[in-house]
Amino acid sequence: MKRFLKPINVRELLRPLGQMIYFSLGSTVVLSTIVLVLALILDKTVVGAALYERMNVSLFTYTLTNLPQVTLDGLTIGFVYAAIALGYTMVYGVLEFINFAHSEIFATGAFVGVEILIALEKYGVLSHASLAMAYVYLILAIIAGMIAAGGLAVAVERVAYRPLRNASRLVPLISAIGVSFFLQDTIRLTESLTTGQFNRIIPSFGNFDHWVIFSRMTLGTAHLTIGMSVKSIIVIVSAVLMLIGLNYMVNATKVGKAIRAVAQDHPTASLMGIDVNRVISLTFLVGGMLGGAAGVLYALKFTRIDPFVGFFPGLKAFTAAVLGGIGNMTGALLGGIVLGMLETYAGAFMGVFTMGAAGTEYKDIFAFGILILVLIFRPQGLMGTNVAQKA
Amino acid sequence: MKKRLLVILSLFIAAGMAFSSTGFAAKKIIKIATQSPLSGDQSVIGVDIKRGAEMAMEQLGAPLTKMGFKLELAPFDDMANPDTGVANAKRIVSDPAILAVVGHYNSGVQIPSSEVYHTSGLANVSPANTNPKVTTRGYLEVNRIVGRDDVQGVVGAEFAANHKVKSVFIVHDKTAYGQGIAEFFKKKAKELGMKIVGFEGTEEKANFDPLLSPIMAGNPDLVYFGGMYPQAAVLFKQARERGYMGMFLSDDGFDSSDAIKIGGKNLQEGTGTFYSTVSGPASAYPGTAQFIKTFKKKYSADPQPFAAQSFDSMGICLKAIAAAVKANHGKLPTRQAVANAVRATKNYHGITGDITFNHIGDPTVAKYFVMQVASADPAKWSSNPVVKTLDIAPPK
Repeated sequence: MKRFLKPINVRELLRPLGQMIYFSLGSTVVLSTIVLVLALILDKTVVGAALYERMNVSLFTYTLTNLPQVTLDGLTIGFVYAAIALGYTMVYGVLEFINFAHSEIFATGAFVGVEILIALEKYGVLSHASLAMAYVYLILAIIAGMIAAGGLAVAVERVAYRPLRNASRLVPLISAIGVSFFLQDTIRLTESLTTGQFNRIIPSFGNFDHWVIFSRMTLGTAHLTIGMSVKSIIVIVSAVLMLIGLNYMVNATKVGKAIRAVAQDHPTASLMGIDVNRVISLTFLVGGMLGGAAGVLYALKFTRIDPFVGFFPGLKAFTAAVLGGIGNMTGALLGGIVLGMLETYAGAFMGVFTMGAAGTEYKDIFAFGILILVLIFRPQGLMGTNVAQKA
Repeated sequence: MKKRLLVILSLFIAAGMAFSSTGFAAKKIIKIATQSPLSGDQSVIGVDIKRGAEMAMEQLGAPLTKMGFKLELAPFDDMANPDTGVANAKRIVSDPAILAVVGHYNSGVQIPSSEVYHTSGLANVSPANTNPKVTTRGYLEVNRIVGRDDVQGVVGAEFAANHKVKSVFIVHDKTAYGQGIAEFFKKKAKELGMKIVGFEGTEEKANFDPLLSPIMAGNPDLVYFGGMYPQAAVLFKQARERGYMGMFLSDDGFDSSDAIKIGGKNLQEGTGTFYSTVSGPASAYPGTAQFIKTFKKKYSADPQPFAAQSFDSMGICLKAIAAAVKANHGKLPTRQAVANAVRATKNYHGITGDITFNHIGDPTVAKYFVMQVASADPAKWSSNPVVKTLDIAPPK
């Protein structure tokens, strides 16, 4: 009984929270400085003149007034990426291979959550739900998504990766890509057999679409509001809670110690009496659950999902994990936030800075260009060596 | 020894020829292929293109079956993907029984696929492709029964000008179809004195936040989207959530009840949501009443846009093949003859109107509609009201 009453390690609860605030503020400061300096330089050139002609504001004012909203948008998507990136990074930590099926595990979570909500709506439960009940249903959907995705991740590991554990490192990678395609088409097949639909749309209920306005500004003829939708806030809050919980589990519990031990050395960990297979399954379970929850949150935020929904967020989250230093949990968090912010900043400002020549469509080039630069100068990723332990 | 071998061989060949010729005479199959997305996010429409063609074959195939031919439909799934479309096209032209293709929903798929039909002389009637390039290449084989993007973009811009739109932000999906419409819209909007606040292409399907910043800052009267509903509806919804209250206008790629499932009541807020289309609702075509009734009975669902056009495309193919068979004294005509017969179509009395092809395969007069999204109920999508109808000839 005593081991359940162990005092809570407050430091491990606060540390990731501090890191998140630090990373968010840090990337905001760095990126806004870059953008504002660019705006100041370009203001006196033809770029500023073109904007003035179109909108009657100087480029600097335009950039400054848009910054807060762009930052909030960037953070929201950044936390989604971070939650998915953790799944990649945890598996890499213990097995040193990239689980490309993680994007489909994410998609499965999204589908299970959305299907449950659609079923609830069909029975008329959602439309009559009070606000509190709406949140209960949402949490129910998230938990269902987590369980399904976590279970699927464990099953995939058991079937497709464990038999290949001692094969050369390329083999499980190919197996992962195969699983990824298999799961994609399984979702597609299931959907077309049961509902006949390709697009699944999350029902609107509760107050999630409501826009919370923090402040209002005037920019030329436009009235800008700075705010977030309730669902964005839910996305950030849930992601933060999950990240703190994961960090606590890995760094402050006995199970976490086992995971860290397995990450460092399989044979030695097993000599210490750790069941390596169980720990690896557990890692997949936890990573899958995070991915599943991120899937439901993604569906909530962006409304529409389809069987291929996992591909792009999966790719971005993988990039985030590499950017931060794959195998490193703090790195995944940093990578996710930085990538989300980068792509939102690039998307929002590139159009004006290049006078429409290279607009929002090139935001990914920008984000991936930074990734290449980071990999050239810091191949281990941003946080690669700062933390000795992996998990 | 050698001689005996030769005799045996020639016997075999003779027997083989006899069998094959009798087999041929017994079958006399004429196949007409369809190509449309039967899977994927645009399959809602693609499946009904196939169904429209299927119904036409059942109802209008009698003249050919009376002549002793067996009609078969060969549906292909192009997955809205140019590569798949071209691969299918190669399979289609290698089947000698296929004499015509009804098909393609996406111009981006039709254009490369029809290159294959063109080199094999196989007639293609398109029920839905609106990109000018579909016909302006001047291929004898390629025809369409709908209007063109260069006109659809113009219709949209004129509609916007009539509704006192002074500034517009244009977004497109970077496909031949979406970008094409958007460019034509932009050109006409400029001529009409509208201010172009922005012109952006994007393949994004979920997170439009980065794009919405310049839109909100530009505060345009209208956001125009050239492309398909899975992107457009998500963009419109996110813009409304941010408090954009201006008008939304899109093209016929928006014409699907899934758009309202995604957009919800947001689409009716503010100045409302409109879309131009080359395929009007049932009420716009007097001839479709019976078609809709039969369709509902057969498939227990409302026909999606372009199902009726597909019905007519198939009708034109069947009539042309029948004419070519007659000209060939009841024998199976060549693909060349069928292609010529399709192009020669004059005053074909279809359910979507009387169709005559001009020298490049465009209908001499096509209908264009501007529709308004009137209800948040997806089931009522097909009763969206027509705000404006135009009969326009293709540009010279």
